[in-house]
Amino acid sequence: MNMTITVNGASHQLDVPDNELLVDLLRERLRLTGTHVGCDTSQCGACTVHLDGRAVKSCSLFAAQADGGSVTTIEGIGTPGDLHPMQRAFRECHGLQCGFCTPGMIMRAIDLVARSDGLDGGAVRDGLEGNLCRCTGYHNIVHAVLKGQELMGGNDE
Amino acid sequence: MSEGTGIGASVKRREDVRFLTGSGTYTDDLNQPGQTYGVFLRSPHARARIGAIDASEALALDGVLAVYTGQDSAADGLGDLPCGWLVKSKDGSDMVSAPRPPLAVTQVNYVGEPYGLVVGETLAAAQQGAELVMTDFTELNPVVDPASAADSETIHEGLDSNVVYDWGLGDEEATDAALAGAAHVTQLDLSNNRLIPNAIEPRAAIGVYEAASGDYTLYATTQNPHLERLVLAAFVQVAPEHKLRVVAPDVGGGFGSKIFIYPEETIVLWAAGKLGRPIKWTAHRYESFLADAHGRDHITHAQLGLDRDGRFVALKVSTTANIGAYLSTFGSSVPTFLYGTLLAGQYKTPNIYVETLGVYTNTCPVDAYRGAGRPEATFVVERMVETAARELGRDPAELRRLNMIQPEDFPYETPVALVYDTGDYEASLDKALELADYGGFEARRRESAAAGKRRGVGFACYIEACGIAPSQLAISLGAGVGLYESGEIRINPTGSVSVFTGAHSHGQGHETTFAQVVSDKLGIPFDDIEIVHGDSGRMEFGLGTYGSRSLAVGGSALIVAADKIIAKGKKIAAHMMETTDDNVDFEDGTFSSGNQQATIQEVAFASYVPADYPEDLEPGLSEKAFYDPKNFTYPAGTHIAEVEVDEETGEVDLVSFVAVDDFGEIINPMIVDGQVHGGLAQGAGQALMEHGRYDDYGQLQTGSYMDYCMPRADDLPDFVVDTTVTACTHNPLGVKGCGEAGAIGSPAAIINAISDALDGHNIAMPATSEQVWRALGGK
Repeated sequence: MNMTITVNGASHQLDVPDNELLVDLLRERLRLTGTHVGCDTSQCGACTVHLDGRAVKSCSLFAAQADGGSVTTIEGIGTPGDLHPMQRAFRECHGLQCGFCTPGMIMRAIDLVARSDGLDGGAVRDGLEGNLCRCTGYHNIVHAVLKGQELMGGNDE
Repeated sequence: MSEGTGIGASVKRREDVRFLTGSGTYTDDLNQPGQTYGVFLRSPHARARIGAIDASEALALDGVLAVYTGQDSAADGLGDLPCGWLVKSKDGSDMVSAPRPPLAVTQVNYVGEPYGLVVGETLAAAQQGAELVMTDFTELNPVVDPASAADSETIHEGLDSNVVYDWGLGDEEATDAALAGAAHVTQLDLSNNRLIPNAIEPRAAIGVYEAASGDYTLYATTQNPHLERLVLAAFVQVAPEHKLRVVAPDVGGGFGSKIFIYPEETIVLWAAGKLGRPIKWTAHRYESFLADAHGRDHITHAQLGLDRDGRFVALKVSTTANIGAYLSTFGSSVPTFLYGTLLAGQYKTPNIYVETLGVYTNTCPVDAYRGAGRPEATFVVERMVETAARELGRDPAELRRLNMIQPEDFPYETPVALVYDTGDYEASLDKALELADYGGFEARRRESAAAGKRRGVGFACYIEACGIAPSQLAISLGAGVGLYESGEIRINPTGSVSVFTGAHSHGQGHETTFAQVVSDKLGIPFDDIEIVHGDSGRMEFGLGTYGSRSLAVGGSALIVAADKIIAKGKKIAAHMMETTDDNVDFEDGTFSSGNQQATIQEVAFASYVPADYPEDLEPGLSEKAFYDPKNFTYPAGTHIAEVEVDEETGEVDLVSFVAVDDFGEIINPMIVDGQVHGGLAQGAGQALMEHGRYDDYGQLQTGSYMDYCMPRADDLPDFVVDTTVTACTHNPLGVKGCGEAGAIGSPAAIINAISDALDGHNIAMPATSEQVWRALGGK
C-alpha cells in the first residue's frame, strides 16, 4: 500500500506490503538500525519508538498502522554532540552495558517521564516492566531514568 | 596524568555515545552487497531419524536460491564441531564424544537442532521456502530426564550408553572416613535449574566469500572471534585460517552463550562459499531459546561432616550433570574442572571428594553460562553450610567465620586442585554484615511477622576461579587450547595510541577501562588512546572474553606490552640524550636522564622519523605481548539476601541484597558495580523465576518470553554493592575479575533466605510463588 510517514521529522512516501512491520520499515527500508529486535513476542521492548508522541513497540504494529503518523526513533532525539537529557542521564548513571536494549529503554523512559507528574524509583520500575535488559540488573537504569527526569525538568522532548 | 581518567577513576564510558544514539553496529545492522538470507530447518522432534528431505517445492518458489542439508555439508567434507576440553573418567578413559556435525545428517537429537539451510533472495522467500521443505522423520524414544539418562536407551548410535564421563576429584577414601567420624553430617539433595542465557541481542551471522581471492569473512555475534576462526579452520575446515577473517562487531551481551562454535555460524559461512553470495542469518528469539547453549542443570547429593566444634571435616558431593544432546565447545569442563575445584569455597575443609556423571539427553547442549560451574559449586557449598548451621543451632555467619581460610593461610592449597593466592574473607563478611544491618534482622523479622509475612535472611560466601586460565595447568587438565591473551600497543608517529586486544567487549566497557590502564601506565592522555578489539583481521590472535578473564589476562598482556614500549623508548631516549638506556628513567609519560627530558610522544616521533637513530635499533614504537597467567585469580565475597514471603500466596519479595566482593584492584568502580548488578539480577532470576523446562517428549516448554520468566525491573530491588581489596599476587595489575561474581553468590544467598523464612525447608530453584506456597502447605 502507499503510505506517508514522518520519521524523525522527515516525510516519506512509501509503497509497503500490507504485512510489513513498522520495525522493518524503520530498520530495513530507512536503515534506522538504532531500533532493535530482541524477541518475537512483543515482550522485550528493544524496538520501542514513539508514534505520535507515545511509546510503542514497533514490532507489534504494521507499518500501515503508522500511515499519516509521525515516528521518532532513537536517532531522532539527540546527536553525539547534543544528547537528549535522557541519553545524557543513561551515560552519567552507567545505565547501559551492551547497548542493545538501550534505545528501547530510552524511548520508553522519555515517554514515561513525559506522562507523569514525578516518578519515584518504584514507579520507574513499574513503568519499565515492558522492557528487558540482561546486563544491568536495572539498578542503574532506574537511577538513570530518575536522573533523566531531573534533567528533562518538565520540558517536552 | 589526569586523575580523572587513570586507574581507579569512574570514567564515563566512551562506547556509550554510539549506543545511546542508535549508532552501534550489531551484526544484524550490517548488510553486504548481493546479500541473501538464510533460514534454518530445525528438528521438531527431540529424537528422530532423518529420512528423505524433499526440497523440490521450496526450490520451485520464486526467490529461493538453495537448500542445503546435512548430506551436502557432509559430502563437502565439513568436519564435526569439536569440544575443546577432554575430560577423563575416574578409570582414566577419555570422555565419550558423540560426533556433532554442523547440520544433522542421519539423526536429530534435540528440538531445534538444525539439519538444513534454506537460502532466499529475501528473508520472506527463505522463510516461505523453509515451510515448503518436506522431511520424513522417524521418531525415536527421547531421553529427557538426566536422573535416569545413564540407564536409558542410548541416544547416539554406536555409543555404549548415554554416559559422557564419570569424573572424580579428591580423596574419596579419606573423605568417607572423615564423614564416618564426624560429629554431625548434614545431607541435602539439590538441583541447579537449567537456565537459558538470553542475551537481548539474538545471535546472528553473515558469511561472505570472495571467489577471486578465496577470502572468507564471517561477521558474527561472538565473544571470541579468533577462537571461532581457529575452530572453523582447524577442525571444521570451512576455510584455511589465513583466508578467514572473523569479525565480531558490537555484540549485544553474551554471558557465555556467544563463546561457542555453533552450527549456524559455521553453516552460513560454508554455504556462502557454496552459493558464491553473502548469506545473512539472524536468530528469532525462539531460536535463541531452542538452540543457544543452555546453562547449569545439575542434580546433586551432598554430605558435609562437622566436628563437635562446628569445624568442617569433610564434604562429599555427587552430581549428575546434563550435557544435552552433544558436547558443546566447553561443555565438558563446566560441570567438572570449573565446578568440582571450587567446592572448598572459602573454607578449610580438609577432605573433599566430588564426582560428576555427565550424561547425554535429547535436549539442547549445555555449556558455560555466566559463572559456569562456580555458581553450581557455590550453591552446593553454601546451601550445605547454611543448613548445617540451622541443624546445629549455630549462627550461619559465625559458623562460616569459624571455618574460613585466614589471611595467614595463603597461599592455600585446597583438597580439590587449586592454590588460592590471597584473600581476606572475614573482611568481606564483616562489611556485608554491617551493610545488611544483620544485627537488626530479628527486629525486622518481628515487624514482618506482625504484617503477616515471613522474613528470612541468607548468606553466600562464595569463591570463584577467574582469570581463565594458566595454559599449562589448563592443558594438563584437558583443555585443547592455551588460555593466555594477546595485546599490542602501537604508538603512532603523532603520539596517539592504537591498542589491540584479543579480549572482546560485549558490554563490559573495555574501550574505556583498557584505555585507562594504558593511559595510566604510559602517561598518555586517555583521549589519545583507542582500543581495538573483535576483528581477527586487525589483531594477531586472542582467546576472547569469558571466565572474568579480560582484565586479569588481557589487561596484563597490555601491561607487558607497555613495559616493552618503555624499554624500547628508553633506548631511543638514551640515544637522543647521548647516554645509555640504564641511565634513563620513565615516569608519567616522560623519559629523563639527569636534567634532560623527552616525552613519550617525542620519543615516538623520533622512532618513526629516524634521522639520527642508532643502527642497532629498529624504527617504530609498537610492541606485542602474549600474557599467560601464572594461576587463576580468586575473587571472593559475601552476599546477603533478605526476603519476605507472603504466607497466603507464597510470593517472595527480595527485600534487600548486599554484595561485598573482593575483586582485587579496581580500574573503574562504576563499571565494576554495574557488572555486579547485572550478575545479581541473573542470579536472582535463577533463584526466583527462570527455568528451562522440557516436557517428557523433549519439547521445550519455555521457548519464549511468554513462558521463560526473565527478571524485569519491577522484580528486583536496588542492590547494595561494595568491595574489599586484596590485590591478586601474580598479575601486574593486581586484579581478579568481576564479571561473574554477582551470578555466583546470589542464588545461594536468596535460596538460603527463603529457606530461612520457611523454617529450613529445602526449597528448590526457581522458588516461584507456587513452589513456596506448596512448601507452606498449600494444595
